[in-house]
Parts: sequence; C-alpha cells; structure tokens
Amino acid sequence: MASPGHPRFDTLALHGGQKPDPVTGARAVPVYQSTSFVFPSTDHAASLFNLERAGHIYSRISNPTVSVLEERIAGLEGGVGAVATASGQAALHLAVATLMGNGDHIVASGSIYGGSHNMFNYTLPRFGITTTFVNPRDPDAFRQAIGPSTRLLFGETLGNPGLEVLDIPAVAEIAHEAGLPLMIDNTFASPFLSRPFDHGADLVMHSATKFLGGHGIAIGGVLVDRGAFDWEASGLFPTLTEPYAGYHGLDFAEEFGPGALIMRARAEGLRDFGACMSPANAFYLLQGVETLPLRMTRHVENTRAIIAFLDGHDAVGSVLWPELPSHPDHELSKRLLPKGAGAIFSFELKGGREAGVKFIEALQLFSHLANVGDAKSLVIHPASTTHQQMDAAALEAAGISEGLVRLSIGLEDPDDLIGDLKRGLAAASRA
Amino acid sequence: MSLELTVDGRAVFAATGGRTFDAALPVVLFVHGASMNRTVWSAQARWFAHHGHAVLAVDLPGHDRSEGPPLPSIGAVADWLIGVLDAAGVATASLVGHSMGSLPVLEAASRYPSRCARIVLLGTSVPMPVADVLLNNAEINSHAAYDMVTVWGHSRTAQMGGSDVPGLWITGGGMRLLERGGDGVLYNDMKACNDYTNGLEAAVRVSCPATLVLGDRDMMTPPRNARALLDALPDGRMIVLEGCGHMMMAERPNRTLDALIDALT
Repeated sequence: MASPGHPRFDTLALHGGQKPDPVTGARAVPVYQSTSFVFPSTDHAASLFNLERAGHIYSRISNPTVSVLEERIAGLEGGVGAVATASGQAALHLAVATLMGNGDHIVASGSIYGGSHNMFNYTLPRFGITTTFVNPRDPDAFRQAIGPSTRLLFGETLGNPGLEVLDIPAVAEIAHEAGLPLMIDNTFASPFLSRPFDHGADLVMHSATKFLGGHGIAIGGVLVDRGAFDWEASGLFPTLTEPYAGYHGLDFAEEFGPGALIMRARAEGLRDFGACMSPANAFYLLQGVETLPLRMTRHVENTRAIIAFLDGHDAVGSVLWPELPSHPDHELSKRLLPKGAGAIFSFELKGGREAGVKFIEALQLFSHLANVGDAKSLVIHPASTTHQQMDAAALEAAGISEGLVRLSIGLEDPDDLIGDLKRGLAAASRA
Repeated sequence: MSLELTVDGRAVFAATGGRTFDAALPVVLFVHGASMNRTVWSAQARWFAHHGHAVLAVDLPGHDRSEGPPLPSIGAVADWLIGVLDAAGVATASLVGHSMGSLPVLEAASRYPSRCARIVLLGTSVPMPVADVLLNNAEINSHAAYDMVTVWGHSRTAQMGGSDVPGLWITGGGMRLLERGGDGVLYNDMKACNDYTNGLEAAVRVSCPATLVLGDRDMMTPPRNARALLDALPDGRMIVLEGCGHMMMAERPNRTLDALIDALT
C-alpha cells in the first residue's frame, strides 16, 4: 500500500467539517437557523444532555452550521477541536475562564491587540486574575515572570502593532518546563501562514473577523485546542482534572482525554457565559475560509509590492515588517513564517502625528477603520484608536509612537494601492 | 468516575462511564485498540453506565493511566482481561473490543467461556496482519506510523470531518491519542496483532453470542476480511455500518452505540 497522505490545506479549506447534506444533497453548507433541535424520544434527550450520544441540543451550546466552521478551523490548525465564539475577544475570555479562576495569573506578551491588553490589564483583575506583561522578544522574560499561580502564557504570532515575531518554540518550551500551556493569537497570520501547534503551542485563538472571513461582514472568534497538553500531569488545572459539580461530577480529562478542554469550554463556557456564534455568521465566515489560501497568497504578494514602494521613500522614516532585513525579527520570521510575514505592517511617517493625520485623510482607496485582515485595504492610527487606553509608558513598551500608521493590505490591484499611498504621502510631506 | 484496580501487581485504571461501579449489575468491559486508551469509548461507556449496566473501560497495561509495560501478546492480554474481572469482583461480563482490542476479547471468550456473557468485536479481522511499512515505522517510533494509522484508520469522508460530536476534528483526536501512547507502544500492539495466529481456532470455541461490527469503508479491517471469523463463530452475526471506517467510535459514535445496544441488550 502506498504511503498515505492527509487531506491538504487547500482541500480542507473547502471541505473540512462538511459533507453534502444527507437529506437534501445540498453541496454548500446549509444555514441551520434554528435555536433548538427536536429530540426523537425522552431517552434520546437524556442521552444527549448526559454526553452519551452526540448531537445538537440548543444553538448556544452547538449548532450544525457553526460546527462545520469549528471543525474546519480545527483541521486547518491541526488541533483536536474548536469552539466558535461571538468574537475573538469571546474566544480569549472562554480560554481564560475555562483554565483558571480567582487568584490565578497570566504571563502575556506586552505587544498584543489593544482589546486583549484591556481584558488582561483592566478587566480580569476585577475577577481576581492578574497578568504580567513581558517583552515578546525576550523569551526568558516569560520564564522570569512565571509564578506559583501562573496558569497560562500568551502571545501573538505577529505582535500588534510592532509585528514582533514570537519565538513560539522557545516560549512553548519555557511554558512546558513549568507545566503550563502556551496560547497563541494567530489572527494576523492565519493558519495558512503559521500553524502555532507545529511549533509547540497548545491553544490557538482567532478573531475570525479578520483573515479567516476576509470580507468584513461578520464578527466571530475561534478557540482551538491542539489536544497534546497533559492537564493531569501538570496538576494545575482542576477545572479539567477534578470532578465538576456543574456536570454530574464529570472529570473532563479522565473522560475525554485530548478533547477535555474543548468539551469543558463548550459544556460550561458556552452554556454559562453564552458568547456563542450565530449560524448566519458561521456561514459567512465559511465562505471566507474557502478561499483563505488564495487570498493569503495574494495578500502577501500585494504587501511585498507595497513594502517595496514605501521602504526608502523620502516621507517614510521606517517600515516595520518582518520580511525586511531591517526588522529585528527578520531571521525568526524566515524560520517561522516562510510563506510570508502577513499583510499587516506599520510604518513611521517622518512628520509625526500631524503627518499621520494628513496622510490618512488624503487616502481615497484605503479605508480608515478599526479592523484588519479585510479583502479591502485598511489604515489606522493605533495611538488614537486601538491602543488609546494604553498610557504613554505602555505605548512605548509596545513600540507605538504617535506617528505610527498601520496598514492592512487587501486584494486590490497593487498599482492602485501604491497610487493611493502616493497621494497620502504627498499630503503628509506638506504637513 | 473511575476504578483503580491491581492486576498482576500492577495498577490498572478503568473509567466507569460516569457512574459508581456496581458489580451486581450486568457488566460491560470495553477494550481499546492499538496505542489508544479508554477515552475512545467515552459516549458508549456513559450510555451503558446510565442504562442499567456497570462499565469498565480499561486502559491496557502501559497505556495512559495503567501501569506498564504493555503486554506483548494477544494471549497475555486475554488473560489480563480476566484478571481485571477478578480484581473487580465480576464473575461474568460482556466483553467489547475494538481493532487490536477485539483479538484478546475473542481469545478470552475462547479460553474462559464461563466468564463471558456476550462479546462484540468491532473493526476486527482474523488474522489481523499489519503492513510491513507500518510495522517497520512503528518499530523506530516514526511519526509516519501514526500518519498511516490515522489515514488508513478513517474513511475518506471522516478525513474531511463531519463529526457527530460538535466541534471535534475526528482525525486530530485520533492522532493525539496515538502520539500520547508513547514510544514503543504502537509497535508492541501492532506486533501483537501481527503475531496472533490463533483467531479462527479460538472462534470455534466461543460459546457465547458474538457480534462483529464493521465499517463498510474500513481500509484496515474491511468486512470481507471478517467473513472467515464470522463463519467460524458458532453464534456469530455481523453488523455493517455504512459510510464508516475503522475508527468507528470517533467517526460514527451514535451508530456504533446503536450497534452495541443491539448486540448487548
């Protein structure tokens, strides 16, 4: 028999998690726009609730359309399963709430999405969970920050907005030496450019709103578990290794092995916190995932063309993109992101804040808004928008200056994008 | 919920399906396949435990939470299964085994007819030869062996997903179980399958009802390979699960449960 092969990425992006509808033969994923699902019998109902039978009960817990998206992302990331959520922030909260509680601690990269920073720095402490932020370029800083109550290490594949490339293998090793899991926000890379599990990470989250969807029409998030972390051996995660009174004394690791975290996140997290994804949004996001490989390839090609234009331009002070030799993480990027360093990057206008304002206001094709990873090219000024809750010291620690502009390169003709940037840079030069 | 037993001086871990084990109830003993563990039976074990049965879903020696080393032969595992019943105070049980786990169930029913009420053999064949390329890669602990088991062990449909369990990626879960098995475990188990040549002789001595459950898309133990076994069993029958591969508890947990209910109740 020939050596076997798993279905490849592009195939899974189209087919993962779905087979033609057995009743209607529908080839596309049907939208099961139903809150709930009929039980054939009382015994069947009891078996569903008691996890003796598999199936759907109520769309806050699971839904057939949403499940296709969950499986597809789990397959693309190389995990054992996934839970789709109302947003990326909901996915992050779901992971934290499933893993820990009052008195526990997180070590996180200091260069992360502003919303995640807010949750860690301002909101979670109100619930007794604290976070120490460290320099993502210093893996040993993660080690130094780990304490007895630490339960999670967290970082982004590509930092926000400095595009620090996290040395996932090194940080994962540090996490595992301490009996802790490493969670990666892989939103900026998507599984097409980076699969953090291949480098040792244990959990991955996405804002599916970004590249996974790509169309900018649906908010959503996904939490994926690799299923390799040994919760029992770690001994630090009673939510997964001790009987749970909220589910008839269920011990999730004992019962479900590699699927323990996903099962608990759904059985408790979606049940009790309720931040589920709607079937309509799952359908929209699936349309995007189908073309993820094609889009990411074009995103990277366009970005390379834009970078070639901006790098060295008279009005531009510096360009931050890991594929550039000038970027501090250039070598790491070549190792961990060989297919491309994404389509989001930052650059510094020589004219500072005023130049930044003039630049953005002169653009006609780039859209000024708080999002990234859209098929359409986007621009934003982090200091006044996504990272505005950070004080000056936190901004500096995150590598954000007042003149920093972030671009998310879309799928337009690159010559048209360059034309628009020329317009913006001309305005910035006059500031 | 679980039971910790001692067999041959070594610790044995058995899940009990979410209910306290009660040896006075009809007992079902679940036996997993090569380099797997008890969690493959999660749904089925829970159903039986909550429907009038006592359940023991064991980790075989050297697998997950049971003390090692792994047992080197199907006969040794068959004797060990009876040791588990002895340790749990069970006189007679129904034995359910998947893939490699089906062979010691068959052998135990042959050697100890008074201890077995019924047997169910899932994803089985007699003999159960293992391809040289798989055995060789397993021997050197190459990840390629896990890839082969994962790809050959699932129907092409299941390799694309479509799990009955919301959000679980079927082949991902199977792969992690194989990886968790650790070095040497898959080879030990595969070699035990490959070396077992007593299956048809054992089958003719089985006096209890026996049910074979096969997936019609099974690439590792296709139903045609179980025909000789079926013919040799004095009281045997076969249930074929349509559209299902070898790893039927993951691919079609509900249909697998229905087959077990059919066979054991």
